[in-house]
Amino acid sequence: MVSTTQFLVLGAILFSIGTLGVIVRRNTITMFMSIELMLNAVNLTFLAFARHFDQVDGQIFVFFVMTVAAAEAAVGLALIVLLSKRNDSVDIDQANTMKW
Amino acid sequence: MLETFWILLLFPLVGAAINGIFGKRFSPGLIATIGCGSVFISFAIALLTFFELLGLAPADRAVTNHLFTWIESGNFVANASFLFDPLSGVMILVVTGVGFLIHLYSVEYMRGETGYYRFFAYLNLFIFMMSTLVLADNYLLMFVGWEGVGLCSYLLIGYYFETRVAGDAAKKAFIVNRIGDFGFLLGMFLIFQTFGTLEYHSLFSTVAERFPAPEIGFGVLSGITLLLFLGATGKSAQIPLYVWLPDAMAGPTPVSALIHAATMVTAGVYMIARSATLYSRAPESMLIVAVIGIVTALVAALIAIAQRDIKKVLAYSTVSQLGYMFLAVGVGAWASGIFHLYTHAFFKALLFLGSGSVILAMHHEQDMLKMGGLKKYLPITWATMGVATLAIAGIPPFAGFFSKDEILWNSLVSGHGHLLLWVAGVLVAALTAFYMARLMYLTFYGKERFSHESHGHHDDHDHHHSGPPKEPSLFVTLPLMILGVLSAIAGLVGLPAWLGDNRFEHFLEPVFHYAYTGDGHQGEHSHSLEIGLTVVIVTLALISIFLAYRFFVKNPAIPERIAERFAGIHKLLWNKFYVDEVYDALIVWPIERISRFVLWKGIDVGIIDGAVNGVASLMQGWSNRVKRLQSGYARAYASWILFGAVLIFLYYYLAN
Repeated sequence: MVSTTQFLVLGAILFSIGTLGVIVRRNTITMFMSIELMLNAVNLTFLAFARHFDQVDGQIFVFFVMTVAAAEAAVGLALIVLLSKRNDSVDIDQANTMKW
Repeated sequence: MLETFWILLLFPLVGAAINGIFGKRFSPGLIATIGCGSVFISFAIALLTFFELLGLAPADRAVTNHLFTWIESGNFVANASFLFDPLSGVMILVVTGVGFLIHLYSVEYMRGETGYYRFFAYLNLFIFMMSTLVLADNYLLMFVGWEGVGLCSYLLIGYYFETRVAGDAAKKAFIVNRIGDFGFLLGMFLIFQTFGTLEYHSLFSTVAERFPAPEIGFGVLSGITLLLFLGATGKSAQIPLYVWLPDAMAGPTPVSALIHAATMVTAGVYMIARSATLYSRAPESMLIVAVIGIVTALVAALIAIAQRDIKKVLAYSTVSQLGYMFLAVGVGAWASGIFHLYTHAFFKALLFLGSGSVILAMHHEQDMLKMGGLKKYLPITWATMGVATLAIAGIPPFAGFFSKDEILWNSLVSGHGHLLLWVAGVLVAALTAFYMARLMYLTFYGKERFSHESHGHHDDHDHHHSGPPKEPSLFVTLPLMILGVLSAIAGLVGLPAWLGDNRFEHFLEPVFHYAYTGDGHQGEHSHSLEIGLTVVIVTLALISIFLAYRFFVKNPAIPERIAERFAGIHKLLWNKFYVDEVYDALIVWPIERISRFVLWKGIDVGIIDGAVNGVASLMQGWSNRVKRLQSGYARAYASWILFGAVLIFLYYYLAN
């Protein structure tokens, strides 16, 4: 039997990896995947608690997150396609013209 | 007309509106017709109403026209309603009657001026405002007229606004008047605070009820009356606020005649006579009014002796005569003050209009030392001005004799009178005769001191040609002749007691019904004393005229020698006692300096602007630093979000 604590630790590790990925990687697609990783880390935490308290609320939230993540992926990938067409690259640091 | 006399106010207002708005496209004839016609209709209505008033019993002679409630707030009520009683009746007849004659005169005098329509619009507006002032039945509405005439005076003094002198004089008149108005306003506040009403009739009956005897020492009535008197010194050019009137001569001559001699400047006297109920219960204020009046009369008469500009002499003469009126109301001789106001309106308007005629003939030369010998060129002007001079000098039986005699007699025998007031008054009478005779002799007699070819500067009156001076047309001479007749006979309505009945005084009596008369009662004085004093005064006036004749016609060298002998005094008089300079140094200069260096450069620029600009530049400096946060790098934003999340987490973690 896997304890709740183990689930939570795994979720924290996954979330940290995702966060680090968003911050240090310049490739937009990698960053995008890191964001997905963070979302799923949160999903894992939700499920762990749902099981811990024996309630379905957490599971319902996970469905929501997955739906929104799918929509977000569609929009995000479209943006990345446009960005690569414009800049001939997916380097996020090259898309820095929106500033003071 | 008694029920609807207020419509007389409408005509000048409508005339002013029509001429002011559309006048630019009208022909001069149409403008003049509208301007004169509207005032004439007002005069006719005033005359009809006046005769109807005469038909009533003396006690009933106060008719009110209530138009509408103007302001109502709490227990404060001010009505737009107008009162026609003997006092306002006399005033409205003077205002519209003399006003009409001066409008008529202006038709010729102002011909060819660029702002012809503007002039008549202002003049009509003035008649409207002045009528409001004298017909109002409460102090607030009177104040509307009071401010309105001040505005018109400003506009008309500054009629030649292209010249700096006229603009400055207009501003001076307005600002000095504002000081007085401030007193008037405070006086009104105090009246309302104390008695709860500003309406004449209810106010005066309340005052009479609450103050059966005059107050002793300095009380609320003294406060009210002195504040109102401050207003009067501004409007009626008395010490210490008389300085604007001589400068006001920068306006066109008809304006000087109408506003600065006959009507507006007498508003202060009217106001005090109207407030007789209050003044008669404040003996301290009465004394101040009388003393200020006689001192002003004396100072102005002295200054008038040394002036060379014909209009300046008349201006100081006006100040001096107004001083007489204040002397009269100051000793409680309300009717005598109004009587002098009424005779003065005729002869002083005539003198100004006559001087205007001279100035026209001399092609805008005003220096009397450059005139002389004009009698044969301007016979009508000479004759009418001669009548007016005799009237102002107090020679019987001309108008000024009766009114001046009344004032001097009352200044001696009334309860508030004093021998010193009488002596100073007689001195002023002698000085008046002297400077007026000087004006006449310098202008109309002696050698011609002008050349026929080029008179003064060129002007834009293309109907004046060089050549010998000649009398202007009937538009100018007709008002002169009418006023001449009035100056001669107007005094006969107020004969002194030893000659008959003073009908003028009896007519005005109901107006002063509530005024306190207790111990101010004139004791029994023999007619022989009054006759004796009158003879003294007239003899002095005749001697003065004779002296002026010796000085300025017979032997013109004498005045010069006297001026040299007493160079110091002459310089003092010529420079008008340096009052303007003293005011400049004591009041204008400090205010200007404080305004410039403290209020403007210190408070306005330093503190107010400094605060506004300081806040702005502080924000700018901060923003310049903070804006770097928005670098455009998405990963930096992500780091900031992480940083924020960590902070929040730490906060809750440490808080527990």
